[in-house]
Amino acid sequence: MTAAIVIQVLPPHTPVWIDLVYLAAAVAFIIALKGLSSPKQARNGNVLAAAAAVVAVVVTFFNPVAQFSHHTTNLVLAIIAMVVGAAIAVPVARMVKMTAMPQLVAIFNGVGGGAAALISIVVFLGDANLHTLGGAKPAVYAITEGMLGLLIGCVSFSGSAIAFIKLQELITGRPITYPGQQVINGLVGVAIVGLAVATVATDSVPLMIATAVLSLVLGVIFVLPIGGADVPVLISLLNSFTGLAVAASGFTLNNNLLIIAGTLVGASGILLTRMMSKAMGRSLSNVLFSAFGSVVTAGGGADGAGETRQVKSGTPEDIGVLLAYARKVVIIPGYGLAVAQAQHTARELADLLMDKGVEVFYAIHPVAGRMPGHMNVLLAEANVPYDELKEMDEANPEMGTADVALVVGANDTVNPAAKNTVGSPIYGMPIINADDAAQVVFLKRSMRPGFAGIDNDLLFDEKTTLLFGDAKDTLSKLVKAVEEA
Amino acid sequence: MTSVLSGDIFIISGTGILEFLTIFILAVFVGNEVVSRVPSILHTPLMSGSNAIHGIVLVGAMIVMGTATGTAQMVLGFFAVLLATLNIVGGFTVTDRMLEMFKAKPGDRAPKGGDDADGAK
Repeated sequence: MTAAIVIQVLPPHTPVWIDLVYLAAAVAFIIALKGLSSPKQARNGNVLAAAAAVVAVVVTFFNPVAQFSHHTTNLVLAIIAMVVGAAIAVPVARMVKMTAMPQLVAIFNGVGGGAAALISIVVFLGDANLHTLGGAKPAVYAITEGMLGLLIGCVSFSGSAIAFIKLQELITGRPITYPGQQVINGLVGVAIVGLAVATVATDSVPLMIATAVLSLVLGVIFVLPIGGADVPVLISLLNSFTGLAVAASGFTLNNNLLIIAGTLVGASGILLTRMMSKAMGRSLSNVLFSAFGSVVTAGGGADGAGETRQVKSGTPEDIGVLLAYARKVVIIPGYGLAVAQAQHTARELADLLMDKGVEVFYAIHPVAGRMPGHMNVLLAEANVPYDELKEMDEANPEMGTADVALVVGANDTVNPAAKNTVGSPIYGMPIINADDAAQVVFLKRSMRPGFAGIDNDLLFDEKTTLLFGDAKDTLSKLVKAVEEA
Repeated sequence: MTSVLSGDIFIISGTGILEFLTIFILAVFVGNEVVSRVPSILHTPLMSGSNAIHGIVLVGAMIVMGTATGTAQMVLGFFAVLLATLNIVGGFTVTDRMLEMFKAKPGDRAPKGGDDADGAK
């Protein structure tokens, strides 16, 4: 009896050749991440990582640690799960619109966290079984690793699910707040740590389950107060969390590949998250804990204030003439462009203007849209060449010489309040200086404020003209007007 | 292995933890170094690509599925493999789709026709 237990407790070793394959896969992942730094290498990098992942998965079937050769039922179940997973994932990833990409990344990230949590649970149950059968209690560090994977994985899973629901607009994108929110969240966090410590001390299954449930709750309440505009930063953070959960699974299973891949993603994800909050001119803690954008909504005054002030709205023909006879036009795209799928029409307008000898470029705010680089992805889809895309720092010095700043479905990213109004929630956020251009044209759906929920003084400026409507419609009208001008 | 037979079953993994910790710390630095110079144009594909890479948790899910015993472990292991497959397959597919759009080289203007059809793909 005891001999049998010893054999089961001691997992078989990964043979050297499989460890070498795992090492090669880890190196491929590093090269792939490096490749993603350059537009030319990015696609090759991704293909390389995918190929490495396939090889690593295939050799795992032959890894004695997985014991597939002894457990045919388990093998069959694993294959069924993989086939079903692939059959769901490929069509979803292929069919979803580019505008829904952030949600999709959120959901694929969440399931990864869920998988890491489940790994921890299964290993915990297996060890606990042996423990009750008279085997030794697993080492403290082993349970701790498992509990870390469980905790982080659960938070990432439920947090990503709520992020998905928010971006899909199944619930309001505005921050959801209630009195004492921070205190309650803090208490839940403390309770989780307490439960996790108790679990490590006792190796008790019910305590482990309680920790998992409470971690799922924490993921939900952590994400609720974060507003729609900040969800990209959140997804990046949750992506990093999943990486760390995977690394924890690697520790639990003594697997180098999982440790390296998970840690790479965890470390790079945190760096990316910080770059993103920096682009918004705010600290990460401000993004996560300030319930940004809820204040104005609660007041409900934004719309009322808008109506009392004069805005100048123009006809497509007026604006078409303005654009056709300008020397330099800067197009500033925002989420409205993405929602309307107007990237092709925007390019059509830009090409037409260039044919007429107008200098045109696109000024891209780093957090325009709902993910960093969201605008670049959309415009790349419309085959806009890179040299026409200028990042904020490159575009701003040129704004003063622009005749027209054409703002397509953007608002907060050109709001001068970020520069001028001390005390404004977005004060300090870097913006594209559309107000430096001689004329400003806004293509907007309505007078509603942007995600941040703040009025934009630029809309009321005397050099500003507004054209209301869906971005694709208004751009098409402008194309026609420019052709006729 | 002889120490194992004498009943001291933690010796092997006990020395392992330090090695794993070393790998972990080094990977933190590599992860930071590798993405420190990514242009913001590629932030979304980078996030999506790294999302796919942590899908390698599938290897871990397969290992627990293979060693699962009893209904509870089998069911949970099954879902671990399913979720990890969604992560890895979906992650790489989405990233590829994003990067597909970056094919055009600077100054190389693709014809305008058919763009809208591509968008619906």
